[in-house]
Amino acid sequence: MTTTLAANRPAYDGKALDLTGKSGARAFRNTLATVLIILCFLIALIPLLWILWTVVSKGYHLLLDANWWSQSQRGITVRRVGGGAYHAIMGTLIMSLLCALIAVPIAVMGAVYLVEYGKGTKAAKVVSFMIDILTGVPSIVAALFIYAVWITVLGFNRVGFAVSLALVLLMLPVVLRSTEEMLKLVPDELREAAYALGVPKWKTILKIVVPTAFGGIITGVMLGLARVMGETAPLLILVGYSKNINTNPFDGFMGALPTMINQDRTELALQPAADRVWAAALTLILLVLLLNILARTIARFSTIKSK
Amino acid sequence: MSSTDGTAPPDRPAGEPPATKPDLGPVGHLGDRLFAGLARGSGGLVVLIVAFVGIFLLALAIPALADDKSSFLFSRIWEPGGADPKFGIAALFYTTLISSVIAMVIAVPIAVGVALFTTYYAPKRLAAPVAHAVDLLAAVPSIIYGLWGILFFAPILRPVIDGLADVLGWIPLFEKPASEDLGVVFTASVVLAIMILPVVTAISREIFAQTPVTHREGALALGATRWEMIRMAVLPYGRSGVVSASMLGLGRALGETIAVLIILSVPNGNDPWNSSIFAGGETFASKIANNAAEFDSPEKTGAYIAAGLVLFVVTFLVNSAARIIVARSTPGGKRPRKARPAKALEGATP
Repeated sequence: MTTTLAANRPAYDGKALDLTGKSGARAFRNTLATVLIILCFLIALIPLLWILWTVVSKGYHLLLDANWWSQSQRGITVRRVGGGAYHAIMGTLIMSLLCALIAVPIAVMGAVYLVEYGKGTKAAKVVSFMIDILTGVPSIVAALFIYAVWITVLGFNRVGFAVSLALVLLMLPVVLRSTEEMLKLVPDELREAAYALGVPKWKTILKIVVPTAFGGIITGVMLGLARVMGETAPLLILVGYSKNINTNPFDGFMGALPTMINQDRTELALQPAADRVWAAALTLILLVLLLNILARTIARFSTIKSK
Repeated sequence: MSSTDGTAPPDRPAGEPPATKPDLGPVGHLGDRLFAGLARGSGGLVVLIVAFVGIFLLALAIPALADDKSSFLFSRIWEPGGADPKFGIAALFYTTLISSVIAMVIAVPIAVGVALFTTYYAPKRLAAPVAHAVDLLAAVPSIIYGLWGILFFAPILRPVIDGLADVLGWIPLFEKPASEDLGVVFTASVVLAIMILPVVTAISREIFAQTPVTHREGALALGATRWEMIRMAVLPYGRSGVVSASMLGLGRALGETIAVLIILSVPNGNDPWNSSIFAGGETFASKIANNAAEFDSPEKTGAYIAAGLVLFVVTFLVNSAARIIVARSTPGGKRPRKARPAKALEGATP
């Protein structure tokens, strides 16, 4: 016993005892954790870079062609080169903008309710809970719901507008939540100053609160748009894919970038089809990224200075 | 409706206690009532929409369910067309659940690692760009995940699948499949894991960043290493947040449609059902989307709507659970600070 203790005791080497150091096992565990955590980060980056590289390298050359931005796929088969994505880009833009037109007013007014009128009430809690639920509703369920109402019950056709309606369900919670966060940041002093001047509450909200939070609201709208633009499930169920240019969301089938990708993805063995699939994917990513970057830039320059 | 034409509230007589709500004068009332009505209406509309989703799906599913000649919940047969419509969701339920749970098991540890990296390891200047880079994963449309997943990712996953099947093949879940098919449940799960990673990371990151400085500095002052500080202060504090983030990720994975649709190969109707994750299959979402063209008769449509209803209910439950966990113990929420250390201790016991 004594011998082992003595043998294990580190020899005194004449220097001051270092008590701040860590024992080997603890230092090792610390290093191991650091390595693992950095590894996690690298693992997360791999798919992002890989996907971006795949889509850019396979899709960029068609995007350099002016026809890509100005022509439709009318009359072009999977074996033929040519045509563009104009019809799909227009379809995507029309359907998502129409969706924003419906979703944004409801979302902003809903946020105004939560922050200005319903604060702390039971009703507001219910609304808030339902927004969370809506955030989690899968796009396919939203699409099925609109199918049930629009086509089965009301008897309308499959058109672009039905897609917009389904997208409203997906965009609404995104915009509502971000608007709510922004409205909460508006300092109470601004509201009180307006009230003190005798400005009615509704005017205070419309002219003081909402404009102050405007940048943040726009950010939310951009992020919401970016979310709905890439959705495919509602397009599959609620509208057919058309290779022709159709700018009327209330009549006929309509092309969109996700369905354009979906259309040709089974023919990837054919070079013209494969080229178009990746070019459409790149166009879609560019659109979504552009909106994301715009949203971030606006957010950076329009944060409310509360202090 | 100008506010300057004599509508300013009259001066309060001295001594009267200040009113809790500002007196807005008579002129503001109509506008106020209209505006408040609009705001309330919008809030109510959100509640109505969620209620309508449930009600409409239920209303259209019930007649079809009444015609169903097999057990809806326990049958694996899906033949909604024909004179004797038979449709059961057992197989769909199994594939949906197993693929999402595997996705969660893969994504959560990595997401926690990434969140810790951005909050406590990355240099200050790098932290924000790193966080944005991971968020960009959420900006990639899911159809692109699907394409990339089956064309580029599945081939390199094949050796992993073979290796796993060789070692664990005696468990039915990991049974080696007969074919060399790439579109298997496991591949879909890994791609789903990548897709839910940004959600779980973003929420975990926020929770970790909110760990009180006193907890962290206390741990460090006691001589803890960085990892020990994280294990003793950050992780117990963020536990419920990570759990609810994982639930939200699970909810996302359960409903993912097009990526799963592209990746999973649909089993041949005559093949015996295979419980292995190294075989193909169909989830609720992919089944519905795959057969959108079949919505021609009310019975068939009703069958798919019934499947959609089950998916809605499942995601509803998962997301409510996430929400309840957050509400019970949000670090940034109303919970009193004092309750925190107790919670941390609680977390330490198994």
